[in-house]
Amino acid sequence: MSYDCIVCVKQVPDTSNITGEAMKADGTVNRAALPAIFNPEDLHALEAALAIREAHGGTVTVLTMGPPAACEVLRDCLYRGADRAILITDRRAAASDTLATSYILSQAVRKIGRYDFVFCGRQAIDGDTAQVGPQLAEKLHLPQVTYFEKLVDLSGKTARIRRNVGNGWEVLETRLPVLVTVLDTANEPRPAAARRVMRYKRARAVVELAGEVNAALPDATAAEKEAEVARRQEALQAKGLMIEQWNLDDIQADLQWCGMAGSPTKVHRVQSIVLTKEGFTPVEPTEEGIRKMIHELIVDHTIG
Amino acid sequence: MIEVNRKGEVWVFAEQEDESLNDVSLELVGRARQLADRLGVKVGAVLAGWNVRELSYRLIAHGVDHVYHVHDTRLEHYRTLPYARVMCQLIEKYKPQIVMYGATPIGRDLAPRIASELKAGLTADCTDLEIGDYTDPKSKQVHKDLLMQIRPAFGGNIIATIINYDRWPQMATVREGVMRMREGDPKRTGKIIEETIEFNDFDLAVKLIERHREARKVNLKAARIIVAGGGGVGSKENFQLIHDLAGALGGAVGASRAAVDGGFISKDHQVGQTGTTVRPALYVACGISGAVQHRAGMEESAKIIAINWDKDAPIFGVAHYGIVGDLNKVIPMMIKAIKERG
Repeated sequence: MSYDCIVCVKQVPDTSNITGEAMKADGTVNRAALPAIFNPEDLHALEAALAIREAHGGTVTVLTMGPPAACEVLRDCLYRGADRAILITDRRAAASDTLATSYILSQAVRKIGRYDFVFCGRQAIDGDTAQVGPQLAEKLHLPQVTYFEKLVDLSGKTARIRRNVGNGWEVLETRLPVLVTVLDTANEPRPAAARRVMRYKRARAVVELAGEVNAALPDATAAEKEAEVARRQEALQAKGLMIEQWNLDDIQADLQWCGMAGSPTKVHRVQSIVLTKEGFTPVEPTEEGIRKMIHELIVDHTIG
Repeated sequence: MIEVNRKGEVWVFAEQEDESLNDVSLELVGRARQLADRLGVKVGAVLAGWNVRELSYRLIAHGVDHVYHVHDTRLEHYRTLPYARVMCQLIEKYKPQIVMYGATPIGRDLAPRIASELKAGLTADCTDLEIGDYTDPKSKQVHKDLLMQIRPAFGGNIIATIINYDRWPQMATVREGVMRMREGDPKRTGKIIEETIEFNDFDLAVKLIERHREARKVNLKAARIIVAGGGGVGSKENFQLIHDLAGALGGAVGASRAAVDGGFISKDHQVGQTGTTVRPALYVACGISGAVQHRAGMEESAKIIAINWDKDAPIFGVAHYGIVGDLNKVIPMMIKAIKERG
C-alpha cells in the first residue's frame, strides 16, 4: 500500500553563525541581519517522508507557518521532491508559543485530511524547544515517536521505528497514523534536483504575487492590481505552480487558541548576553608564560 | 484546564530507568525544595514504574514530602502515552502549581505531550528557576509568586525569562547538571501515596519491541578536568591535539557545537546548551569562540583557560587564564610544560 506523508517545516534565522554584524550596538541580536535558512532537522524530516514515498508510493505534502518569506523553504521542498506545498500565514498567528503553534498546525493537518505520517524535525534552532512535535501529536490524538533514526519496517497500518534515546536506542511498533520527529543523524537529505528547480522556481503563493504586482505596477489602481494578481494566479495554477496559502479562517482555527491569546507562556524579560570583561590573567603564548601558568595550577592543586 | 491553585505543591517528575533514578530528578528535587519553602507548600514527586517503590526513600531524603507512586507492569519501561496518562491524571487530581521535568530525552518527549493535553504552559531547557512577581505592563495587575523560567534562547544569544500566570500548572524542563545535587538526609521523613491509573487502548497503542542501552562512553559530568576543542581546531586530524592535551592532564575531551558540526568529534562530547553542562575543576577551551550556548554549559568551571587567536573572542569573558595565540603552538608547549613538571 502507499502512504501519505505530511512534513512540517520551518524557516529560521541562522543562529549558529551569529557574527559581529548581527549584534547591535546595545548588544542585542539584529534578527534582520541574520540569513533565513531551512531549519536543519526539518530537512531530515522531509527526507524521511520522501524515502517512504520512494519505497511504497504515496504523497508528500509540506506545511509551514510563517510570514510570506517562508515560501522560500516550501520551494526548497518542491525542488527536493515534495508534491504539494502549503503556507499558513496570518498576522493573528503572531506571537504564538509552542502550544498555539501546535494548535494551528493541527488545524491545518486536519484540513489536509488524509495522512499516514506527520513528520517534524526534532527541534528548530531558533528555540531549541523540541515541543511542537509532541504537542502536535497530542492535538491530533496521534501516537508520537520522537528521535526517529530509522524506519525498520512498514507494512499495512503498522510501522516499526528505531529511535535514538541518547544512551541507547529502541524499536517501537506503532499504528498509523503517527507523528514522528526526526533527528539529524537519521539520513542524508537529498539535494535539490536541477530539473525540479527549473520547474518550481516560479512557484508562488498569492501573497507573494501581490507583492510582486505591487512592485511591478506601482501606479496601478487597487482593482487593476487585483486583476493582475488574479491573472498571474490563474496562469500559475494551470501549470501546477501555486503554493497553497491558508489563513486561520481557512483552517477553522478558534482564535482563542492562537497567537498571544492561545499562548500560556509569556516572555517576561529578555536579556542580551552582555560580555563581561572582568579580566583574566593574560598568559603570553611563550614557553615561559605557559610554564608559569602550569606551575600556578599545580600549586593550587587544580592539576597534578 | 487546571485553575490557578496557589496552595498547590511543587512537583518533580521522578525519571527512572532500570530501577535507577536519573540524577537530574534529584537535582530538581533540591530546587523544588527551595521553591516550595519560599511558597510555603509541600514538594511532591511522581514516581511511576514497576518495582521502583524503594526509590521513594531517596526522593524523600533529598527533600520530597509526598511521593505519588504508581506501580504497574505496563510502566516498566518508559513509553510516552501511558506515562502522559499518569501525569495528566495526577496533575488533575492534586493540582500542583509547578511541575518540573529533566530536559532529558524522556522529559523532552513527555512534558510537551502533557502540556498540550492540559493546555498548560511549558518552558523548555531552563537553566534557572526562581519565584518572583510580575506586573502586567498593560493592566497593571500584579501576579505574585510566579515561577520565573529562565532559559537561553535564540541560539543562546539571549537569556529569556518566561512566565505563565493564567494557565497552570507552571511547567518547565530543566537542563541536566545546572542545578546542584544536594546531600540527601536519610533521616528525613515523607509520605508515599499509592496511586492506580486506568489506561485505555490508545494509551497502550505503541509497543516497545526492542530496547538497547549502553553505558555512556563519555562521562563529561564526572570529569575533573576537561579539554575542549572548537571550530578553531580546524580539522578532525588536528583534533588529536585536544586528545593529547587531555591525555597529558588526565582529563576528558569536550567539544563545542562547531567542532561537532564540523565532524571533528562525536556529539556525546559536546558541552553547552544542547550538549552536557559541566563544572570541572579545570576547563581548557581551545579554539572555542565562546558562543553563549557553549558558555552556559561550562562557565561554572572552577578554573577556565581559554586559548584563541582572536583577542576579542567572547570566551575570554569567562576565562581565568587567557592565551591569545595559535593553539597549534600553545598546546604542544602546554603538554611539554606539564610533562616537565610531572
